[in-house]
Amino acid sequence: MIRLVDSRFGIRPHSESTNVAESKIRIENISYAYDGKPALRNVTLDVPANAITVFFGPAGGGKTTLLRLINRLNDLLEGTQMSGRILLDGQDIYIPDTDVTSLRRRVGMVFALPLPLPGTVRENVLYGLKLAGLRDRNHLDGILLRSLNQAALWDEVKDRLDDPARALSGGQQQRLCIARSLALEPEILLLDEPTSGLDPISTGKVEASLFELKQNYTIVIVPHSVQQAARLADYAAFFLMGELIEHQPGRDIFTNPRNQRTEDYVTGRFG
Amino acid sequence: MNRYLVQRLGFVLLGLTALVVVIPILLVVGTIVVRGITAISWEFLTAMPRDGMKAGGIFPAIVGTLLLTLGTALAAIPVGVGGAIYLSEYARDAWLTRAIRLAIINLAGIPSVVYGLFGLGLFVLFLQFGTSILAGSLTLAIMTLPIIISAAEEALRAVPTEFRTVSASLGGTRWQGIRNVVLPQALPGIITGVILGLLRAAGETAPILFTVAAFFLPRLPQSPFDQTMALPYHLYVISTQVPGMPLKIQYGTALVLLVLVLSMNVIATMIRSYFRRRRQW
Repeated sequence: MIRLVDSRFGIRPHSESTNVAESKIRIENISYAYDGKPALRNVTLDVPANAITVFFGPAGGGKTTLLRLINRLNDLLEGTQMSGRILLDGQDIYIPDTDVTSLRRRVGMVFALPLPLPGTVRENVLYGLKLAGLRDRNHLDGILLRSLNQAALWDEVKDRLDDPARALSGGQQQRLCIARSLALEPEILLLDEPTSGLDPISTGKVEASLFELKQNYTIVIVPHSVQQAARLADYAAFFLMGELIEHQPGRDIFTNPRNQRTEDYVTGRFG
Repeated sequence: MNRYLVQRLGFVLLGLTALVVVIPILLVVGTIVVRGITAISWEFLTAMPRDGMKAGGIFPAIVGTLLLTLGTALAAIPVGVGGAIYLSEYARDAWLTRAIRLAIINLAGIPSVVYGLFGLGLFVLFLQFGTSILAGSLTLAIMTLPIIISAAEEALRAVPTEFRTVSASLGGTRWQGIRNVVLPQALPGIITGVILGLLRAAGETAPILFTVAAFFLPRLPQSPFDQTMALPYHLYVISTQVPGMPLKIQYGTALVLLVLVLSMNVIATMIRSYFRRRRQW
């Protein structure tokens, strides 16, 4: 990846951003482009801990891109340009020498399409821990139970732990993917339209587990509809064509948006 | 002409072309089996040749071909699969990578006798391995590499990127993702490529002509630096170089070579479908 750090967005003294301490993730003047095509324009945003923040807006707004920047998954792509900083607990995650794999253990990610890895339900949940070198069977069993419970999946799969993960239904697979991220005990959970392929009942289960999880985790989610955004949001950020249009705590953004374009979107006048 | 007639005509013509493909195969295999089967005996398979190869068996040639194929596999599989992993998973799309790919494609088109001469120059003479199983195996391995690399790279690229992304998102290094997620899924395709390559190596005459093959050597090789007889070259020798050779022995040798290659093919297919079945997703 080619990374262009614009000097205008260079290191600022920490004292200037007073709320760094409360915000888990601080996104600072992020601009991003794929092959010269801008995807994010100068986005600045604070994501508070132990709450659900939703990134919503029409397709192509840069929500997914921003999500993938927070755990540096876009490092895998070639021909991209980035400027600005992303701070995790006040620490710039893009400075050289950052341990990217341990960053990704701290920042879990769930994708739009559930993608079970080859192997069983158990192997899927424990994949990240196995890579991290964890071997102790009792310890692993404990984590398996905890993370499947957190993802509201344990009761459905407790007798099928050694079945192929592919044999689960779509909704179960998505919760399995959530459990797989939770097994690593991340501090932050990023979810990119995690319920877009799910039926309403599975969606309800996933949303219910997210409400549980926010006690202990910082959650950022790209919802698959405005309704879901409104249901989940403790904080909401509206993105349009790579720009952050509006960012508000609570659900005010859906009932009383400050920006005309936000209002047009949430009232369904475009989208 | 109405379209139903055209449909009929097309069906018949295409069926005929398929038949044209099958007929020579059946004729070749049929002739070899019919004329060669009478030569097959326990002695033919397990004895040394006698009387200027006009009697006795072809045991050293069978062993030689098996050893050469094994040597080719040992040399070509790690290099070929490793190269494919590099090209598919690590290499950036730069001019150098494109040049390497182009070179590999062109290597596949080089006539096998050129590989033979190259092996003679490099392994036999320059590296002083002599005419030996080592030199022959390495020559065959170089000839086999492009097939293995192309097939393995294809198989690796067929694994969706998302699997690598998921592995990375769970804190996996690039290699851990390849090792645990990508390779298991690409394995059947890789095995297919390896087998196709090895089968070609097992049946080739030209590359072993100057590098390992012995005209007549009625004993088994003792080390990788020994010469050996090999089935394809033996067949060439007894068909063209020895006057008065009984036809039965020629066809018998051809049949053994055919069965050897085909049975390797069958084993390979079995390994492949075993891995396909084990795929649990």
